[in-house]
Amino acid sequence: METQIVLEKWPGVISTVSIGATKAEGGTRSNVVKIGGQTAMPLLFREGVIPNKPKIAFEIWDIAPLDFDEELLCAYGKAIRDPFAWAEVCVNDYKAELLCLKMQGTHPDFGNKTPQDAAKFVSTLLHKVKVPLVILGSGDDFKDNLVMPVCSEAAKGERCLIGCAVQENYKTLVASVLADGHNIIAESPIDINIAKQLNILISDMGLALERIAINPTIGALGYGLEYAYSIMERARLAALSGDKTLASPFICFVGQETWKTKEAKVSPQQGIIWETLTATSLIQSGADLLVMRHPQAARNVSKHIEALFRE
Amino acid sequence: MALSGLDIYKLLPKTNCRQCGLATCLAFAMQLAKKTIPIEKCPFISPEAKSTLEAQALPLIKLITLGTDKTKFEIGNETVMFRHEEKFRNPTGVGFIIEDSLSDDEIKSRLGKIKQLKFERVGQELFVNLVAIKQNKDAGRYLEALKILLDNTDLPIMLMSEDLIALKQAVSISHARKPLLYSAHQENFAQIGTLAKEFQLPLVVTAQDINQLSLLVKELVNLGAKDLILNTGTKPIADKLWDLTQLRRQALKKTNRALGYPAITIIDQADYYDEAIEAAAYIAKYSGIVLIKGFSAWEALAILTLRQNIYTDPQKPLQIDPKLYPIGQVSRNSPVLVTTNFSLSYYTVLGEVEASKIPAYILSVDTQGMSVLTAWAAEKFNAEAITKSLDNFGVKEAVEHKNLIIPGYVAMISGDLEEQSGFKIIVGPKEAAGIPAFLKNLN
Repeated sequence: METQIVLEKWPGVISTVSIGATKAEGGTRSNVVKIGGQTAMPLLFREGVIPNKPKIAFEIWDIAPLDFDEELLCAYGKAIRDPFAWAEVCVNDYKAELLCLKMQGTHPDFGNKTPQDAAKFVSTLLHKVKVPLVILGSGDDFKDNLVMPVCSEAAKGERCLIGCAVQENYKTLVASVLADGHNIIAESPIDINIAKQLNILISDMGLALERIAINPTIGALGYGLEYAYSIMERARLAALSGDKTLASPFICFVGQETWKTKEAKVSPQQGIIWETLTATSLIQSGADLLVMRHPQAARNVSKHIEALFRE
Repeated sequence: MALSGLDIYKLLPKTNCRQCGLATCLAFAMQLAKKTIPIEKCPFISPEAKSTLEAQALPLIKLITLGTDKTKFEIGNETVMFRHEEKFRNPTGVGFIIEDSLSDDEIKSRLGKIKQLKFERVGQELFVNLVAIKQNKDAGRYLEALKILLDNTDLPIMLMSEDLIALKQAVSISHARKPLLYSAHQENFAQIGTLAKEFQLPLVVTAQDINQLSLLVKELVNLGAKDLILNTGTKPIADKLWDLTQLRRQALKKTNRALGYPAITIIDQADYYDEAIEAAAYIAKYSGIVLIKGFSAWEALAILTLRQNIYTDPQKPLQIDPKLYPIGQVSRNSPVLVTTNFSLSYYTVLGEVEASKIPAYILSVDTQGMSVLTAWAAEKFNAEAITKSLDNFGVKEAVEHKNLIIPGYVAMISGDLEEQSGFKIIVGPKEAAGIPAFLKNLN
């Protein structure tokens, strides 16, 4: 008797978030990066459509990094001391499809740059590099509410992905993103209910669910990776079963979590494999956009993605 | 799929004779479904119904033991597709392929390095499980290499050979170690199945497609080979992930006994990063064993850590005993840092305190294994809970000062905690990585 293959078909679809606007769309980006859009669980190509590969965004800052591990500093060389040169190395040398800019320098403890300076930085960066941008605040809620609206405005029409909105502080960011035509990152603390709730709150303000990416808050390999891994699987199963309020692609901050760990700092190879496996494991649980730091780790993951999607 | 009480009821005599001690056959069926009563309690059950019910009581994926003595390990007996549905039970065995074409010294040196691959993370010991010896040369060389293996590793072993004569000789000198045989396929299954049966050895079954695989399994079971491990051969990663998913679904969702065995994956990548990525992918997706070639500590640690993460019980986070832990040569003036009893929190703090070389106490509060922020949100790491721990775990007796360092993320409890405990609260760094600098600047 022939073995009957068990196929699982799902009624739901993950929304497609487009990052970057080209000239034709009113922006100045050279390309558009699309994430999401799938109708199957991760990598199960025979059970639905998986139109977009997971993408890698290189993390850069608006200032020279202060607490980066030696290995990361070496990987970028002198360029890392100048944020624009750093961005150009990512795009020109490492072929980054998009960049994730963190406005760390606006943080009260990291230079406390003014909102005006931050906005000017964003405008200049948009001139210097042409790939789509993810733009993040510094994590200081009060300051972010001053900085992010002007950064959003400085990138108006470029259809960036801007974050992070959290349950306690989302209104200012949502209003800016709506006004300036961007997408938003909704961050929840490894909690599927808060993720859902926040998506509803944001869409209630008039921002379409199709313009939200979920940041499920990941831990690195060995540092709680499995919590995010399972939350993402649960959310994805719910979304594919038809829950539209969870049907957003996932963005995972792999680099920042990995390079905090003790293990990543032991040797170059160990740091690279730590970031690599954190990223590839999250791809298996549904990650759509991975924000990474080490160029070799990004190269490893990119090669793996190509192998997975080769047909 | 497990039978429900009603499914079982249909198989019973439906006479309500009460011989089983329960009022009705339906009540008996419900107990059977919960596995709280043995089937033998029903004297009138038909032999067919009995065998159906007995089969249903068996694990859907067979539990298989590899090796002997202290290093033996079990795989299989998995019950879910996703870890949040319950948990993954028996961690993937991680093994190494050693080829007989390597020199004696090289084989010994690799075995020596493999022996060193033991790590401790968050209070658990992580180790590798298996060494496979692969035949590239003639039978004579294969046996020589196997002898080196037997003398130089305690780990369970696997015999990889296409040469039945060599394999038989290899079994004759190693069967006491219960080696895993590799592998039965369309051309050799009768002979190798008989060999596995004769020495009661576990056996890998290889076929490219799962239909073929299930046919081979049935043949081997008929021959009397019992402990089988499934292999769908060499193929691209996405196809392999599909096979592994399909095998797990066949076993769990369709009770397909012919595919109700753990799977093995053999990785053939020249680059160690690629090898680790592939191993991690198969560990996350159901492989019972993964075989690699790389034996570097960095690669093994990353793979074993991933395995530890995936196989952690989601309902029971790793935790430690809540109490006061002295770190280093503590005195009555040593600082006291408070954290949760979630292993990851505690060991992260411990690592940094040790790195600071400043003797200190870590007070681990019983948060039932929740991390700092989760426990705070659940009111298990608040002023009250910490005050209770300060009293119960003898902090006042251990030190003569009344200063307590709390994690930066819970700075908001400072006021309440100071009031309730009578300790002066010092807000520490948010991330444990900041602890060494923080402790050095404390005075």
